[in-house]
Amino acid sequence: MKTFKIGGVHPAENKLSATSPIRPAALPKQAVFSMFQHIGAPAKPVVDKGQEVKVGTLLAEAGGFVSAPIHSSVSGKVAKIDTALDASGMRRTAIYVDVEGDEWEESIDRSTKLVKLEDKPNLDAKTIVEKIKQAGIVGMGGATFPCHVKLSPPPGCKAECVIINAVECEPYLTADHRLMLEHPEEILVGVSLIMKAVGVDKGYVGIENNKPDAIRVMTEKAASYKGIEVVPLKVKYPQGGEKQLIDAVISRQVPAPPAIPINVGAVVQNVGTAFAIYEAVMKDKPLVERIITVTGKSLSKPSNLLARLGTPFGQLIDECGGVPADTGKIIGGGPMMGKALLSLEVPMTKGSSGLLLMTDKESRRGKVSPCIRCAKCVSACPMGLEPYLLSKLSANEDWEAAEKNDVVSCIECGSCQFTCPSNRPLLDMIRVGKTTVMGIIRGRAQKK
Amino acid sequence: MNVILIAVIVLGIIGLASAVVLYVISSKFAVKEDPRIGQVSSVLPQANCGGCGFPGCSGFAAACVKAADEGSLEGKHCPVGGQPVMEQVADILGLSVGEITPMVAVVRCNGNCENRPRTAEYDGAASCRVQNMTGMGETACAYGCLGCGDCVSKCHLGAITMDPDTGLPVVDEELCGGCGGCAKACPRGIIEVMPKGPKGRKVVVLCNNKDKGAIANKACKVACIGCGKCVKTCDKFEAITIENNLAHIDQDKCKKCRKCEEACPKGAIVAFNFPPRKPKAEAEETQKPE
Repeated sequence: MKTFKIGGVHPAENKLSATSPIRPAALPKQAVFSMFQHIGAPAKPVVDKGQEVKVGTLLAEAGGFVSAPIHSSVSGKVAKIDTALDASGMRRTAIYVDVEGDEWEESIDRSTKLVKLEDKPNLDAKTIVEKIKQAGIVGMGGATFPCHVKLSPPPGCKAECVIINAVECEPYLTADHRLMLEHPEEILVGVSLIMKAVGVDKGYVGIENNKPDAIRVMTEKAASYKGIEVVPLKVKYPQGGEKQLIDAVISRQVPAPPAIPINVGAVVQNVGTAFAIYEAVMKDKPLVERIITVTGKSLSKPSNLLARLGTPFGQLIDECGGVPADTGKIIGGGPMMGKALLSLEVPMTKGSSGLLLMTDKESRRGKVSPCIRCAKCVSACPMGLEPYLLSKLSANEDWEAAEKNDVVSCIECGSCQFTCPSNRPLLDMIRVGKTTVMGIIRGRAQKK
Repeated sequence: MNVILIAVIVLGIIGLASAVVLYVISSKFAVKEDPRIGQVSSVLPQANCGGCGFPGCSGFAAACVKAADEGSLEGKHCPVGGQPVMEQVADILGLSVGEITPMVAVVRCNGNCENRPRTAEYDGAASCRVQNMTGMGETACAYGCLGCGDCVSKCHLGAITMDPDTGLPVVDEELCGGCGGCAKACPRGIIEVMPKGPKGRKVVVLCNNKDKGAIANKACKVACIGCGKCVKTCDKFEAITIENNLAHIDQDKCKKCRKCEEACPKGAIVAFNFPPRKPKAEAEETQKPE
C-alpha cells in the first residue's frame, strides 16, 4: 500500500467518534465571528452595529487577494464590533451577532437534492473560482488557506492533477470520515468542480486504510465519475501534510520553500473543502457551518457536530455531555497539531476541525531530560530535517545556521517531539527559529 | 655523542633561519594599530554587551579613536561604564565629554501573582519567546511579564534576577548599565531603558497593557486602563501621553512631583527611590508654627 517515503510516526488512533453520525448543533445565543479565520490579510467588516443580518449575509469582505470574506451563520442583529479571544490565544477584531430566529438568505438552495455537474452545463472554470471566492471558502483541514488562491495557479505553472486529502491522519478526529460516509456524492461533485476549475481530468482521493468503510463507499460511488480514483494509503502520521500526501499518491517531491505543490503539478484540497465547494457552487451557500469532532476519553458522548461558525466551543462541549471533571487541557484541533484553548468562550472558526478534551494525566508533558543523541527525531521527521540540531540552533539564536539547515521547511507536525524519549521541547524551539528566520527572509526581500 | 651534536647544530640552524624569516615578515607586514585603541580598551568595562552599538569593547574603542580623529566624541557612550569611564576615555584622547545621563532598565509590569491571577497553566519550554507564541500566556494579560526569565539570561552584568515571590524580574539599579540587552530579549517589550533620574528618582507607569480599560481591568488589579486622570494632573508639564489605552511618562519632561501617582485609581504609576512619605496628619503638624 502507498505511503510517503521519509519519516513519520504512528500515534494511537483513538477514533472514538467514528461510529457517531453527524448531528446538527443547537444555535448559539450569540455568535462571534473573528476577522482572522484564514491565513492572509484579515477580513474587513462591512456591517454596522444594530444591523439586521440573515444566515448567509456578508459580514466582512476579503482584505486582499490572499484573504476571504466572512458571512453570518445566524440571523439576528449585529451587537458590536469589538475584540474577542480566539483559538490562537490572542484578542483580535471580531463581529458579535445576537441570534434571533433562523432566517436564511433567499438565494441559498437549502434542499438536499443532489445537483450534478451535468445539471449545470454552463459552468466554466472562471465562474467556479469566482463563486468559491465569494463564498469565503478556505482550506477546511485546519490550515485555512484561502481556496481560490490555490485554484488560480501562478503564471508558468500547469496543474496536472487534483489530490483530495481525505487522510485525516490526526488521531481522534473523525469529521472527514463521517462526511465521506454520509455525503459521498456531494464530495465527488465537489472534486469534479475543482478538476474543472484548474482544467485537469485526473483526480485522486487519498484515504488512510483505517477507514475501510469510507474507502468502500467512495470507490463504489466514484465509478460513475470520470477521472476520479480513490487511493487507499497506509496509516502513517503526518500523511495529511500536503507534501507528504503528494509523495504518497503520485510519488513526486515538492522542493524546499518557496516551491509549492503546483510546481510539481498538483493541486491539493481537503475533502471538507470539496464538500464546501459543492455547496457554494451548486447551492449558492457560503461557508457558514462545518463539521467538527468533539471528542475525548472521558467525554460522555464523543460526537460529530454540524455546527454554525461563531458558536462558542463551550456550548459544543455541553452538547456532548459537558466538560468532565478530570479534564486537563481542551485542544482546538487534533492532539498532534492542535492548540490548547485559553477559554471556553473561544468561538468556532472555519478551520476548527476538532475539539479534544484531554484528561489531566494525558495532557501533562513528561520531565525534560538531556538529549541522548538517539536520532529518533531525525528518522521521524517527514521533511528530512534534523530537529535536535534546529532546536539547538534556535535556542542559541544562531538564525543564519538555522536558515542554512532549512528550518523554514518544517511543517510543524510535531513528530519529533512525539518520538523524543527525553521529552525535549523540540518543536517549541523550532517554531521560534522558523518564525524568526521567515521574518529575516521577508525583511531581506523587502530591502531588495 | 656525534648524533647529539649533529641534532643540536641542525636544529640550531633551522631555528635561526626561522627567526630571520619571522623577523623579516613581521617587520614588513606589520599592522600598525593606533596605540590609543589599546589604551581606551583597557579602561572600558570589558562586558562586551554591545549596549554602545558596537561589536564589543574593542570595537567601541576603535570607534572612539576614529571619532576623536574627527574631533568629537559626541554620540559615543558606554552605558555600562557611564560618566567616569567616558571621562577616562576622553582624557586618553585629549578631549572632553559633556554631561551623560545614566540609563537604567525598568520592568514595566507589576502583575505579580496577587495582582494578576493565573487563568491558565503553561508547561512548555521554559522560554518567554516560546510562551509568547502560544498566545496570552498564563494570565489574561496579553502584554504582561511571562516570567520565564529570558531577560535574566541576557544580562552580562548580573543586574536582573527573578523574584521567586512575585514571579517578576527585579533590576538592581546599582549594577544595571542600561545597555538594553534585556529590553531586546523581552518578546513583549516590557523592559524600557530610561534615564536613571536624580538620585535614581523616577515616576513610571508600571504597565504595558494596550487592551481597552475593561479588559485590562479584568486581567490585572494594577493595569493601566487608559482613563487619562494622570494626563489631567500633568497638564502643566505635558509629560504624560496616552497611546493605545496605555499611559506613558516622558522622563525628560517629568518634574517628579508624584501628583500622577496619587491620581492613578489603579496604582499603576509607581515612584522609585523617593524617601517614604510622611502620613498626612503628621505632615500638617510639622507645618504648624510652634
